[in-house]
Amino acid sequence: MEPILQVQNLNYIYSQGTPFEHQALKDVSFSVERGEFLGIIGHTGSGKSTLMQQLNGLLKPTSGKILLDGKDIWSDKKLTRQARFRVGLVFQYPEYQLFEETVYRDIAFGPKNMGLKDDEIDRRVREAAFAVGLTQEQLQVSPFDLSGGQKRRVAIAGVMAMEPEVLILDEPTAGLDPAGRAEILGHIENYRRSHNATIMMVSHSMDDVARLTDRLLVMNGSNLAMDGTPAEVFTRAEELLEMGLNIPEVTRVFLNLKKMGLPVEPVYTIDQAVQALKNLRGGDAEC
Amino acid sequence: MLKDITLGQYFPGNSVIHHLDPRTKLIMLVVYIVALFLAVSWVSYGVMLIFLLAAIKISAIPPKSIVRGMKPLVFILVFTGILNLFFTQGETVLVQFWVITITLEALSRAFFMVIRILMLISGTFLLTYTTSPISLTDGLESLMGPLKKLHLPVHELSMMMCIALRFIPTLIEETDKIMSAQKARGADFESGSLMDKAKALIPILVPLFISAFRRADELATAMECRCYQGGDGRTKMKLLRYRLWDYQTFGVGIVLIAAVCVLRSFGL
Repeated sequence: MEPILQVQNLNYIYSQGTPFEHQALKDVSFSVERGEFLGIIGHTGSGKSTLMQQLNGLLKPTSGKILLDGKDIWSDKKLTRQARFRVGLVFQYPEYQLFEETVYRDIAFGPKNMGLKDDEIDRRVREAAFAVGLTQEQLQVSPFDLSGGQKRRVAIAGVMAMEPEVLILDEPTAGLDPAGRAEILGHIENYRRSHNATIMMVSHSMDDVARLTDRLLVMNGSNLAMDGTPAEVFTRAEELLEMGLNIPEVTRVFLNLKKMGLPVEPVYTIDQAVQALKNLRGGDAEC
Repeated sequence: MLKDITLGQYFPGNSVIHHLDPRTKLIMLVVYIVALFLAVSWVSYGVMLIFLLAAIKISAIPPKSIVRGMKPLVFILVFTGILNLFFTQGETVLVQFWVITITLEALSRAFFMVIRILMLISGTFLLTYTTSPISLTDGLESLMGPLKKLHLPVHELSMMMCIALRFIPTLIEETDKIMSAQKARGADFESGSLMDKAKALIPILVPLFISAFRRADELATAMECRCYQGGDGRTKMKLLRYRLWDYQTFGVGIVLIAAVCVLRSFGL
């Protein structure tokens, strides 16, 4: 099947022709398969956020193409607007974009802009609210009376209610406590399963991306530095550290174990680590 | 984009004008404005223009950025020009049709009005482009010092101004971010009637106001935590002091205003 998103030789330059000119993306190319969970990592200013805003047509590429379902999203005005709805984008700290009088109406903002019928909007709002764990009563309160974590969920539901085929999230768990993080990540995974959607998530938590994603993109200095499965990416641990990025805690432990002479292969999730240690125990009685 | 707004921006530089005491620059701006309103003829405007161009040249501010800063004011300029052109009484009629009469006097008055506004704004830009907001408010506070005798909270006023200036770029950035976020949810700011466009602003203004209040609150708390107390008994790390070039600048100012006055007395 054709990839849902294709990015071809993308370049983007901010404030072109002024003294503040800055190239944020250099010749970036990759494609995204349907149903994939893609992680994007890279340190601050590496072009991650710019890249995400290209994918739903918020920023126009200086050169290069973005194909959604094989069609260039900038070839036609209608396609550009469609891209906004088919590719949902949740910004960093999305709770600061809430504005309506009730949670219900805020979540309904996106679907309403799509021009849907009232009963369809109602269905989507309730479904999205349920998907992120909001209660019926909470739908009728002002979003400003909610706690930070709940506001974040309302904002994410606001994008999920548009039922995008590709859901892009920029650090959805930033500033949340561990329980809140786990819950939000669970809701995202559930959305992917129930809607057969494609997820792209920017994260600084290597443990999260190692556990959740099928594939990783590594951005460095406006370039796409690596593109591969978490296993492939995290075996290049030294390069990642050089870029100022981290590797999952378990990977670090196992790399050190290997250095100490134990016959282990690098792992990147806790489950794999447990398995590897069990194998080691079975094969070598001394351990 | 919103980021391209240059109104009141500070361009760091190393020219004599950058290094002048902010009080000197403020006083010179007042002198310049008074002289501009005293000028009545081609000759005196010419003198003023030479002074302005020389000052811009010395400041090494690219003239392009001054011109760019004028863009938002085109409407006011055109409006002023047209009003003066059509509603000034005069004797020498140039064009007359229907209810519109354009006289030579009106033409020259409209022209001078536009030139006056342009020069007024360029002079103000020169001040804000060469003076950082902090030293500008410092200068204002020092100049308004005597008003303390009247129990006017001078320090607090200048502190408020300083904070307001500081937050302009922050709020512009914030607006940009909120706009992108709402666009991602399908908000449309460009099409529709005037009413639709006004309504489309609500999703931007509400979050913007909330974040502005939040920031103000955080800043107030941070200042209180450091036991900030304005006004009496507060000392400064950088004291303002007039130097030789400040006195020289004042000299230029006196010459300028004297020249315009003399020209005026000759009816020029």
